[in-house]
Amino acid sequence: MTRIRFHQELDELKHRILAMAGMAEQAIDLAVQAYTQRDAALCQRVIANESAINRAEREVDEFAIDLLAMQQPMAIDLRFILAVLKINADLERVGDQAVNIVQRVMSMIELPSSELPVDIPAMATRVRAMVRDALRSFIEGDVDLAKHVLEADDEVDRMNREAFKALSESMRTNPEAAVQALDALSVARNLERVADHATNIAEDVIFWIRGADVRHGAGQQMAGS
Amino acid sequence: MPTAVEVRDLKAWFGKTEALHGINMSVEAKHATAVIGPSGCGKSTFIRCLNRMHETNPEAKAEGSVQVGGTDIYQMPAVDVRRRIGMVFQKPNPFPTMSIYDNVAAGLKLNGMHNRKTLDQVVEHSLQQAALWDEVKDVLKKKSGASLSGGQQQRLCIARALAVSPEVLLMDEPASALDPISTAKIEDLIFELKEKFTIVIVTHNMQQASRVAEFTGFFLMGNLIEFERTEKIFTNPSDKRTEDYITGRFG
Repeated sequence: MTRIRFHQELDELKHRILAMAGMAEQAIDLAVQAYTQRDAALCQRVIANESAINRAEREVDEFAIDLLAMQQPMAIDLRFILAVLKINADLERVGDQAVNIVQRVMSMIELPSSELPVDIPAMATRVRAMVRDALRSFIEGDVDLAKHVLEADDEVDRMNREAFKALSESMRTNPEAAVQALDALSVARNLERVADHATNIAEDVIFWIRGADVRHGAGQQMAGS
Repeated sequence: MPTAVEVRDLKAWFGKTEALHGINMSVEAKHATAVIGPSGCGKSTFIRCLNRMHETNPEAKAEGSVQVGGTDIYQMPAVDVRRRIGMVFQKPNPFPTMSIYDNVAAGLKLNGMHNRKTLDQVVEHSLQQAALWDEVKDVLKKKSGASLSGGQQQRLCIARALAVSPEVLLMDEPASALDPISTAKIEDLIFELKEKFTIVIVTHNMQQASRVAEFTGFFLMGNLIEFERTEKIFTNPSDKRTEDYITGRFG
């Protein structure tokens, strides 16, 4: 083994992105909890934590760019750093989506509670599982798990379409609760976007491990080899 | 893209030690091909077999075929081979007492060319191709090759190799003894030269291989492990041994 210091720095980069991932995952968990419990304090916590995620994003970027400039990584190491840069951006966006969700929750708390034809907790469970699996596939370099995340995205897309249909109908038939329905619709869309970020992370894991670009349905065959 | 050099089942020995174990490689014309690998992997032996320099060592022999333009170089007189396939070495080796002009003209004169006007034209053209003309045009016959800087000497050696209009230019770590500026000049030069010549370059510097070559071959213990487009080798090599070497996990 040579280039010991460089490989130690790659480990350090992985630790840093995992710390960032922990913050983003927690933000989504808290946002979902804030929705189900209509808890304003949890909303404030998510908003307060966002700046830490943003700071972590900049630090991971800086560290990764330094490694690119100073160490001239090749092959799997190059792909790892490129994947980290992209995963970093996705995690920061997950943090943003958590903030978007709690902003809708704060709006909902102001209004009377209304029975809505959408199961946000069920959708949130799916989405959180996707985020967790995407991150686990990254930690373990597990391409099969990453592919499982890609498949799971279709189900979340379907749930989002159904939420749109049901809530649109609800707005028509129950206009008094239209604002609550619109908030719930936004939350569903935010969750769907979190699932898209989890999908992006899974695609980056496949790129890192296999060198295959599977975005937009391309390169599936190579990813399987 | 036509093949400039077709290497088939090339084996080489030093005494009883087999240094190359049957190499196959198709070198594309008018492209740069880099040969990389750890010390002792056989990469220098390989390119020295491509113009029969290998056999100048009395202990050495080679077997197999190396075809250039459809002709096996092992069936041609060695002098003809070295005219068609030039070589530049790690350490610049101009003829120290000869003027800059005579260094470049030496190969042509050896081949019987003594027409003054033609020699002048070829010397100027070769030095221009080697990106040295502007720096030496006023001292061509006043200064010796040895009076130039290391980087200039290396470009002089390149001009000397180009003067006999080779089809292929072999470069054995041509920039490893040079400072970064001179190295950059040699790399720029390789970029220009490959429009007219086929270049095979041995280098220990993987970034250099990735900067100048379209194709890269990775050698290990006398075998060609992987030969691919350079971007493939450096972003996603197929063989674990290649990946271990280029990422520093080797050994």
